[in-house]
Amino acid sequence: GQNAMFLFHSISPYPSLLPLSFHHHSEFHWFCFHCQDQAEQFFRSGHTNNWAVLVCTSRFWFNYRHVANTLSVYRSVKRLGIPDSHIVLMLADDMACNPRNPKPATVFSHKNMELNVYGDDVEVDYRSYEVTVENFLRVLTGRIPPSTPRSKRLLSDDRSNILIYMTGHGGNGFLKFQDSEEITNVELADAFEQMWQKRRYNELLFIIDTCQGASMYERFYSPNIMALASSQVGEDSLSHQPDLGIGVHLMDRYTFYVLEFLEEIHPASQTNMNDLFQVCPRSLCVSTPGHRTDLFQRDPQNVLITDFFGSVRKVEITTETVALDPNLVGLETRVPNDEMATEPLKYAEQLPVAQIIHQKPKQKDWHPPGGFILGLWALIIMVFFKTYGIKHMKYIF
Amino acid sequence: MSYICRRFSAQTFDADPGDSGWWQQQFIGLLSQGSETIEVLGGPQGSGWFWGSPKCCAEVRGADGSWDGGRGPGLRCQVTLLFAQFQLTVPVSVVFAKGALPGAQQRRLPFADTQEEESLLNRKNQADAALLPLQEDSLGALTVYVIPETSPLLPQGVGVYVGKHRSAVMRCPQGPGDVLAAVSARVQQIVQAMSFTTDSITAALSDRVPMDQLGTDTRRPFKSSLGYEITFSLLNPDPKSHDVHWDIEAAVSGYVQPFLDKLGSVANFSVDSQILYYAVLGVSPRFDKASSSFILSALSLPHVINPVEARLGSSATSLYPVLNFLLYVPERIHSPLYIQDKDGAAVGTNAFHSPRWGGIMVYNVDHPAPDKALLPLRVDVDMVRVMEVFLAQLRLLFGISQVPLPEEFLLESPGNKGLTDWELDRLLWTRTVENIATVSTTLTSLAQLLDKIGNIVIKDDVASEVYHAVASAQTAMLELASGHLGSAFQASKEAVISSERAFFDPSLLHLLYFPDDQKFAIYIPLFLPMAVPILLSLVKILREAKQSKKEPTKTD
Repeated sequence: GQNAMFLFHSISPYPSLLPLSFHHHSEFHWFCFHCQDQAEQFFRSGHTNNWAVLVCTSRFWFNYRHVANTLSVYRSVKRLGIPDSHIVLMLADDMACNPRNPKPATVFSHKNMELNVYGDDVEVDYRSYEVTVENFLRVLTGRIPPSTPRSKRLLSDDRSNILIYMTGHGGNGFLKFQDSEEITNVELADAFEQMWQKRRYNELLFIIDTCQGASMYERFYSPNIMALASSQVGEDSLSHQPDLGIGVHLMDRYTFYVLEFLEEIHPASQTNMNDLFQVCPRSLCVSTPGHRTDLFQRDPQNVLITDFFGSVRKVEITTETVALDPNLVGLETRVPNDEMATEPLKYAEQLPVAQIIHQKPKQKDWHPPGGFILGLWALIIMVFFKTYGIKHMKYIF
Repeated sequence: MSYICRRFSAQTFDADPGDSGWWQQQFIGLLSQGSETIEVLGGPQGSGWFWGSPKCCAEVRGADGSWDGGRGPGLRCQVTLLFAQFQLTVPVSVVFAKGALPGAQQRRLPFADTQEEESLLNRKNQADAALLPLQEDSLGALTVYVIPETSPLLPQGVGVYVGKHRSAVMRCPQGPGDVLAAVSARVQQIVQAMSFTTDSITAALSDRVPMDQLGTDTRRPFKSSLGYEITFSLLNPDPKSHDVHWDIEAAVSGYVQPFLDKLGSVANFSVDSQILYYAVLGVSPRFDKASSSFILSALSLPHVINPVEARLGSSATSLYPVLNFLLYVPERIHSPLYIQDKDGAAVGTNAFHSPRWGGIMVYNVDHPAPDKALLPLRVDVDMVRVMEVFLAQLRLLFGISQVPLPEEFLLESPGNKGLTDWELDRLLWTRTVENIATVSTTLTSLAQLLDKIGNIVIKDDVASEVYHAVASAQTAMLELASGHLGSAFQASKEAVISSERAFFDPSLLHLLYFPDDQKFAIYIPLFLPMAVPILLSLVKILREAKQSKKEPTKTD
């Protein structure tokens, strides 16, 4: 099936003319026979849009590689067509503008600083301390306060394929967020079940690159989920290569090889998931990557990489039109609005300054001490007086 | 007046709730009265198609009737499928013109009064308008007029004429045997076309049905939502050559707004427009020497949309789904540009659409001879041609598709409104069913969540939203059964709003509620060491007290 590859104009601002390679007429016919199969295949997956939730959960400078991992996946996903409005990117720390970064405003993923994955069109939705377990679960389940802006929401529907990529430090059954809290595999499985109940996804691909990553997908029980992890339970995921100029490890092995794999994917490629499962064998990765497909309805052979990593739209040719009669349109609907008298605009009061300046300090309501405190004090006093004798009481009162 | 009721009942099985937490359910059938086709729609065994739950019940409440966490043993929020049976009724009135039926049959008609009407109907175009005041114009109700076989009202070869309001005119089928049965069969066919069929109801419940049994039609239209945002964009990649003007405001108010007004009861719409300069398509078109034009083949079309989408910027504002309609004026060096379908034929409309996204049309500009050209060329877009295509795409994206009808049916064109009344009815029937099904799944899964996390606290407003959702859904079911489509739809919409508000309330995050064993695990290591000396002192005090009580008697 790779013969039908033809070159596409990639998403770059400098168009280069790449003519589609048709040599002679007969090849055109053969080509079109094949393209009917492809058109049918487009509809096999049943999704109409793609979303991606990319999460980096660690902070501090020495966890540079987790941010680089996430940004590399972000870059690939954008290159393959998913727009920023459909990506929720959560980075727990800022490496590009970290005071310890010798090359500010860059995040590199290859040594010798070959590839800057930070670029100038990175759109981070949850940054720094906003990356918490609570926010992550709120994004997934949709139980978000109404004031949240659209870019921070996962507005998927029942025809969305979602890619969820998580990286950081983890253990057997948990993933650490921000060095202070953790998410367990049970909670994650429950969150996915909540998503399924509300049909917030059509199919879900879950990739995790942490130590003992396979434990995170053990507890899933919702349908249409495929999961990949960088290591089995009991194994550690290792990092790839340090850069002596920056001083930290730049990437993790599993994500590094996944990215090498993804670099060869373009929006029209027909590579399927079985190839992704083969990425990073034990010889390269030292850990054993694992995957889980029993909850997934389709055969991984039929699942294209671009079903999750890219955003290949289904299109249909429009064959019908609606007959309109221009004479029936009411002419009085045309209002000459450039002649409307404009009333002078007033600048709305932004702050009630007068109220703020003359504000009295708000009185905090006084609450009596709670039962626990009272009980504790009563106990202490009782013990004191019993130990030292009741005769002291009369000196107190 | 005679009524023909179409009854659909969906029977569901009660799954064992102890079944590892998810409800496996087999969605057994849609029985239609009169034709015994039972479709078994169930997932393969063991893989699980999950849908809400089964029994028929009236309310949602805790075991002790309260919502604020009164946890009796065995709080099983019996949320249940509120409706095991969907009953949809279409009120149809069949009016027989004088002389339509032979006399003997006429006496067998089930109703007593025959309506005499003077037929002043000369031409078929006037027929619909003339009949309009005679019928009740409520949503969902249909009227079928039966005229004699030999009547000249309908042209030759046309057996049924479907008007743009909710009426149809049919010839009485002639033939031996039971004419009334034939009339009834024909009327049923008309009613199916104008209201709903098994397939359309199945499609409305599409996310509860296994995927491989659906056609592409179900994936194209947008899901029922409370509002939509429609954006018209003009893409001009070559402003040096083309100075494009489009009178979008007049076009929207003249052509699009009547359509949206007609759909006003379905959802809120907001329309905006923009012009984008230097926005190129993601694909280079190829030059075809045979037609000396540029071609975009069908396979390259999916890759056109993504590079443009980032520039559209239309998703930043509202939370409603966005429909994008793009009008692309190709560059001068790539003109004229035609779209080819997969067979290689040129597409008449020069447009394509993407399910649940929107549509793109390519507008070719006539260029005068090069030496006479004065750049930039002023282009005034012919909005009628453009709006014809965009309205067709809009109809498809809303699921108002062409109904496959037998040949002898003739449909009246909807005119500038773009939508006939009975097409609106079709949309409302499917939307109402979809809304009610959504409400039931939402409430069921909410109940499951509450079951799982025993100590979640339900706020009062969440509880009241749930009650309101249940009440509205019940109203909707009753109205559907009695045939009042308008009020059924409104009730179902309210039910959806309430249930979504209850389900997505930010306070229901299961992370925020700790199970009891976690509480023990955290607090015992903290307080146990502290409590040991206190407990020992208490024990000492008690012993001393006992001893001092004994002593006075001892030292007596």
